[in-house]
Amino acid sequence: MDLTELLDVGEAHRAAQKATRVHCCTSTGCRAASAMEVFKNLKTAVQDAGLEAEVEVVGVGCMGFCGRGPLVQIDPQQALYEEVKPEEATSIIDTLQGGTTPALKGDLQHPFFARQVKIVRQHSGKVDPESIEDYISVGGYRSLYKAIYEMSPGEVVDEIIASGIRGRGGGGYPTGLKWATVAKMPGDQKYVICNGDEGDPGAFMDRSVLESDPHLVLEGMAIAGYAIGANHGFIYVRAEYPLAIQRLQKAIQQAKKYGLLGSQIFDSPFDFKVDIRIGAGAFVCGEETALIQSIQGGRGNPIPRPPYPAQSGLWQCPTLINNVETLANISTIIREGGAWYASIGTDKSKGTKIFALTGKIRNNGLIEVPMGITLREIVEEMGGGVPDGEVKAVQTGGPSGGCIPASLLDTPVDYDSLVAIGSMMGSGGMVVMDQDTNMVEVAQFYMEFCRGETCGKCVPCRTGTVQLYALLTKLLKRQATQADLAKLESLCHMVQETSLCGLGISAPNPILSTLRYFNEEYQELLQPPAYLNGKVGHGQVTVSQ
Amino acid sequence: MQAVTKTTQATPKPAKSDHPSGDRRFKTLDMTMKRHQYKPDALIEVLHKAQESFGFLEEDVLTYIARGLKLPLSKVYGTATFYHLFSLKPNGAHTCVVCLGTACYVKGSNKVSAALEEELGIKLGETTADGKISLMAARCIGACGIAPAVVFDGTVAGKQEPEMALAKVKDWELE
Amino acid sequence: MSVKTLKINGVDIAIEEGATVLQAARQAGVPIPTLCHLDGVHDVGACRLCLVEVSGTRKLLPACVTEVAEGMEVQTNTPKLQEYRRMTVELLFSEGNHVCSVCVANGNCELQDVAIQVGMDHSRFTYRFPDRAVDISHPQFGIDHNRCILCTRCVRVCDEIEGAHVWDVAQRGAACYIVSGLNQPWGEVDACTSCGKCVDACPTGAIFRKGSTTGEKERDRAKLDFLVTAREKHEWTR
Repeated sequence: MDLTELLDVGEAHRAAQKATRVHCCTSTGCRAASAMEVFKNLKTAVQDAGLEAEVEVVGVGCMGFCGRGPLVQIDPQQALYEEVKPEEATSIIDTLQGGTTPALKGDLQHPFFARQVKIVRQHSGKVDPESIEDYISVGGYRSLYKAIYEMSPGEVVDEIIASGIRGRGGGGYPTGLKWATVAKMPGDQKYVICNGDEGDPGAFMDRSVLESDPHLVLEGMAIAGYAIGANHGFIYVRAEYPLAIQRLQKAIQQAKKYGLLGSQIFDSPFDFKVDIRIGAGAFVCGEETALIQSIQGGRGNPIPRPPYPAQSGLWQCPTLINNVETLANISTIIREGGAWYASIGTDKSKGTKIFALTGKIRNNGLIEVPMGITLREIVEEMGGGVPDGEVKAVQTGGPSGGCIPASLLDTPVDYDSLVAIGSMMGSGGMVVMDQDTNMVEVAQFYMEFCRGETCGKCVPCRTGTVQLYALLTKLLKRQATQADLAKLESLCHMVQETSLCGLGISAPNPILSTLRYFNEEYQELLQPPAYLNGKVGHGQVTVSQ
Repeated sequence: MQAVTKTTQATPKPAKSDHPSGDRRFKTLDMTMKRHQYKPDALIEVLHKAQESFGFLEEDVLTYIARGLKLPLSKVYGTATFYHLFSLKPNGAHTCVVCLGTACYVKGSNKVSAALEEELGIKLGETTADGKISLMAARCIGACGIAPAVVFDGTVAGKQEPEMALAKVKDWELE
Repeated sequence: MSVKTLKINGVDIAIEEGATVLQAARQAGVPIPTLCHLDGVHDVGACRLCLVEVSGTRKLLPACVTEVAEGMEVQTNTPKLQEYRRMTVELLFSEGNHVCSVCVANGNCELQDVAIQVGMDHSRFTYRFPDRAVDISHPQFGIDHNRCILCTRCVRVCDEIEGAHVWDVAQRGAACYIVSGLNQPWGEVDACTSCGKCVDACPTGAIFRKGSTTGEKERDRAKLDFLVTAREKHEWTR
């Protein structure tokens, strides 16, 4: 395949498209609300109405408003329908011929949609994730061509550095620097790993990207391979995401068929093949050294760094590990240029970030927003606030992050501001909590998670999480004393400073952030000192001698 | 979490395998191992295949895999028990996986799991004595938009109230 | 081979490039407590007792896997490190069932030594009293999981020196335990050569020779290093 052929494929596909496209979400969230039935009925309705010549029904990826699924959008009319019931399909198609429908009409001008800036999700909900032609028709694989034929590997790395993009998996390490390091390492064999082990409970951005636009990620990986000199890539996906795996498999096959993956891509000397590795249910495998152990067929035990994977990773070869969302940005950065990307966001956090806005919030779903937007804008304007009551806290960063109190909602969302207030960007989970949420229970919930997910290799994480959980349980049973609270805090610092990998280092964050912002909830749980003999209250305090 | 990955049985057709029992499912394992050139690194891939074909990883299967990939038995056992997805005991005929991710938790998934535990008389991670139903917990299935979510036999159901989940499980009990 | 100079607790040390901070400290006679480290097998950095402070980084670094660098300034015994080491040992004691008075390794136990070294007289953490097994199916040896601290020295010595790989770690987190074969009784594992290297490697009384009673466990740890040197360098050093 060469450029003309690629353009021809896109052109032919566009020409074959019908004037009206009815997009029906077929991702996991909407499927659970019988989207597949809606999809089927829409197709039948088009046939019944005899509209096949001008209308097509396309199964697409996530449109974002997962809390109101199944979603159907008709283009170019830009008519959005929410919570569509299978029996409403016929009337929705009728609207194309002047009819009316009882289906709930969505508002695309609502801040939930209007405030978004879509780079990673630019095609989500618009293209059929199971059709490479659909992806090519919106300009897909052009960036890969541009990289291979119009840029040297060094220039690609420079462009990524210029974009200022930082790792979207949570840590926020500059992506360009990582690429440059792996590119400079000696050795003939290098690897690219796409980390799709999205384990943070409350986060589903990567699942959505893989389900909605798998080719965008594959293209990003191939560009990365070209830039650093790797000919083999692995995508590590959680087994909990069967649809994402299925669509990736299909996408890889399609790309191979077109010569966009495999040997001699675009008839150039560049080879790049991609294999899928399926996780087996271990949160710790999101940690890069553990992920490498897991791809190599072993227990997901992290190993001390240095050496970093960039120096010695998969099978001791230099390895680039990037998160799904990071890689999904690459194609656009190459197309539009690093400087363009750097113009979005804040001084130190460039571009956009996808958040999974969930919990006690009116509009829940996926949003892609420019860095620097405030939590208040996300929660109150886009999310529409808490259904009944008020925002008490926003949790970001999952089990590694912290709870941000309502008083700090004006904090801008960027890597450094979130760390400064004791949380972190994390992979993008954003769970809103209201007055009914007990913050000590939240801390216990996360510690229960970490206690169950620690690999057990290093002492502080293996036994420290057990003891932290026990102390929180003691508190919640109202059996703890001030001394226990002090012990809790000092153990948090110890686990944070002495653990081997990121899981242990960040495990105490939910406790430390709630201790910092919701200390009164801990204090209320403290048992009166033993010498009071339980005789407290009613103004009668007897101190036994 | 295996309820989410569909368990598919290979179509029954006679095929010889290297396993003395002649069980054709071992042939599937042979093919998977061969595809990976019997490299020890393929252990997890092969365990996935075994779990899919056999439903769980019995001792015989683990030994067979260890021999095939030339791995120490203890390493195979250590790896198989590290991952939640691999199960060394048979699961129930039906599986019910309650998502205990944060969004589901905030929306009351603990009430759903408590109701199910009470109805079935087992704890999360256990199978009923009659082998009918396995109750499991997932860390997060990524269906946070429709929290709380429960996966019944591989199908995700969203916005679950305790009564809804109970109704589904009670149907199974009557089967 | 080039030489690096560094300071440990203010004392100048010169050591060959590629050496670890732990090796440098030992050469200089600076004690750093360790449990998972064993001469002759690769390091895993798991027990976190050998963490040290290195100027220029806020992170605490494990001495056993941190290579020396020119001009490095290392502190091995700051109040913070002392406190964290003590907590680590307390956590280990609270995690298993360590009863010195009835243990074969009493008086010859590295866990006990480290506890004394860091000044631990009691644990501030609740004892977990886990229900753990004892396996005495092997004709010569036994393993008492109550005394195991999961340092994985037995796993590594059996894999790397003997080459039998009888042991590995099963399960995860607090449920981890040392497993023989396919979770079989030790005595039934064909791969075991009964060489006894795991007995020598075990820092506590978890793996022992049958017939030894309280305080009778003896071990020859230097033998493991001797074997590695003999095999790799063809130097028989004793």
